[in-house]
Amino acid sequence: MIEVRNLTKKYGDNLALDNISFSIDSGKVYGLLGPNGAGKTTTMNIITGCLAATSGTVTVGGHDIFEEPLEAKRHIGYLPEVPPLYTDMTPSEYLNFIAMAKRVEYEAIYRQVREVMELTQLEEVSDRLIRNLSKGYRQRVGIAQAMLGNPDVIILDEPTVGLDPKQIIEIRDLIRTLGEMKTVIFSSHILAEVTEVCERVIIIHRGKIVADDSLENLNRSIESTNRLHIAIKADERTVISALAGIPGIVEHEVIRSGEPGVCELMLSVDKNTDPREAIFFAMADRRFPIITMELKKSSLESVFLSLTTDAGDDTAGHGSDVNGEDDDDNDNDNDDNGVDDDDESDVGESEDE
Amino acid sequence: MIAVFTREFKSYMNNMTGHIFIGFLLLFFGVCVAIYNLFLGMASFRFAIEITGIAFLVVVPIITMRSLGRDRTNLTDTHLFSLPLKVSEIIIGKFLATALVLVIPIGVMMLYPLILSAYGNMHYASSYCAILALFLLGLALISICMFISSLTESQVIAAVLSFGALLFLLILPLLIALVPKDALASFLCLVALSFILAAIVWKLTSNINAGMIAAVLLVVALCALYYFKKSLFEGLFHKIMTGLSLYDRFYDLNSGVFDLGSVVYLLSVTVFFLFISVQSLETRRWS
Repeated sequence: MIEVRNLTKKYGDNLALDNISFSIDSGKVYGLLGPNGAGKTTTMNIITGCLAATSGTVTVGGHDIFEEPLEAKRHIGYLPEVPPLYTDMTPSEYLNFIAMAKRVEYEAIYRQVREVMELTQLEEVSDRLIRNLSKGYRQRVGIAQAMLGNPDVIILDEPTVGLDPKQIIEIRDLIRTLGEMKTVIFSSHILAEVTEVCERVIIIHRGKIVADDSLENLNRSIESTNRLHIAIKADERTVISALAGIPGIVEHEVIRSGEPGVCELMLSVDKNTDPREAIFFAMADRRFPIITMELKKSSLESVFLSLTTDAGDDTAGHGSDVNGEDDDDNDNDNDDNGVDDDDESDVGESEDE
Repeated sequence: MIAVFTREFKSYMNNMTGHIFIGFLLLFFGVCVAIYNLFLGMASFRFAIEITGIAFLVVVPIITMRSLGRDRTNLTDTHLFSLPLKVSEIIIGKFLATALVLVIPIGVMMLYPLILSAYGNMHYASSYCAILALFLLGLALISICMFISSLTESQVIAAVLSFGALLFLLILPLLIALVPKDALASFLCLVALSFILAAIVWKLTSNINAGMIAAVLLVVALCALYYFKKSLFEGLFHKIMTGLSLYDRFYDLNSGVFDLGSVVYLLSVTVFFLFISVQSLETRRWS
């Protein structure tokens, strides 16, 4: 559907996109993921023809966006980061305007506008001025306009930013519904959202594509093991020998413990087995008290961090971007392995604070 | 284009700006007609039209300041670029909407000769020629101010710059008269003009080298001409500027002389500034 080849974009001396290539197939939901300033919006702006590239090509539905812009743009519905609304119009006036601008045939305009309003549940506010609508409704008007003209691909730039938790869930549901009908590309820096909605993920970091794969493959390829943190009140050597016979433990690493007489280990365990029970019984047999045992599942979060964190990088900064949480959230920043599943589901909510 | 045109026109009519523009022009024109034609008993429309032409100085920047700058502040411009519309369609749609707002007071003004004919003999041809002059001047000024609006994000800056530009155009005939007519003065003024042109090239292409090349070429050409054919420069700047002065052309048409050259010139200025507005928006996409 969309082919991006060797795309480079420079703003003066600043290299925003560095020779990126990827392709988007029909009928899937794609997540464009990256820390703030990675080049997500620039990529989207170039694909939609809003911005010219320094070099490289983009073809949409077989049409080059630079050579045949009008044909290519007909295949795309775009919602920029800030919904491009004229606040002095009502949603129905605005949608009529966009339908006309997208050259929807005159007889079809009324029907299409009604359809998208129904899908985005805008009927009850259709005659109110956009300036009086809440942010959630404005976002829906934005999504509705992207759907007009029946485009094959819908591109949404951070569609849930600044919405309250309920609105976020509604918009995600809407994206999921859209994904059943069309190809959807949406950018986000909220990992939970991508995990929930997307089938395929493209991760951009510093203008380069660092990963382009399905969600499962990404999880599998980066880490085939989970990590298990244990602290046991016993001698280090005896603990390690007690663990030796337990299936599923791939390797172990001794962590310096502050507590005297406590041996702390970080175990790499096979994803398909859960050795926690076996460890418990092994230690119980030997009467070694278990102080801590915590399984840290590798998630998209750890994939993301391992791909977008490099030497000299501001890790804490990226980590907090990823979580969508404030820097003063010490619990998360100290947890260098990322948050577990429960934390992830909170991410959307903390975004609104 | 029709979509942009309809949207912009509705927007003018839903907001105060369109109404202020129409109301102010009609009020101004009505007062002038009352003074010159009704109280002083003049048969010609010339004075009323001339003064209304000067009133454009205030109202045109008000109506055009939002046309392109607002899209930039609302970030709707990026989205317009993503729609299957050509940049030229966006600019022409917006221009036509503004022109239609101008057509409303002009249409009302066209009734005046008919009304006034009840009180004496009206010379219809010269009256309508004067109204046409006002309309064409209005189109040219709207186009110039739209271009200025395309250069800046801020509506206030656009309005102030537009006002400055129109004021400059208005007093241009007076300024020209101040410049000595000898060859050296003409030469120096043309060199200064070259730098202004080069600055516009620089701004439009966002490329300082293009601007420098333009400046060097123009100045070298002028120096060469000055060196080899000094006599050519006698009064040259005068001639060029008088030829370019929009208000001079307007006064000519307004005096009742239907000069096709002036009509074509005013229309050309309109088209030229629409063209460079398109270039200005395109440059922004490429920068």
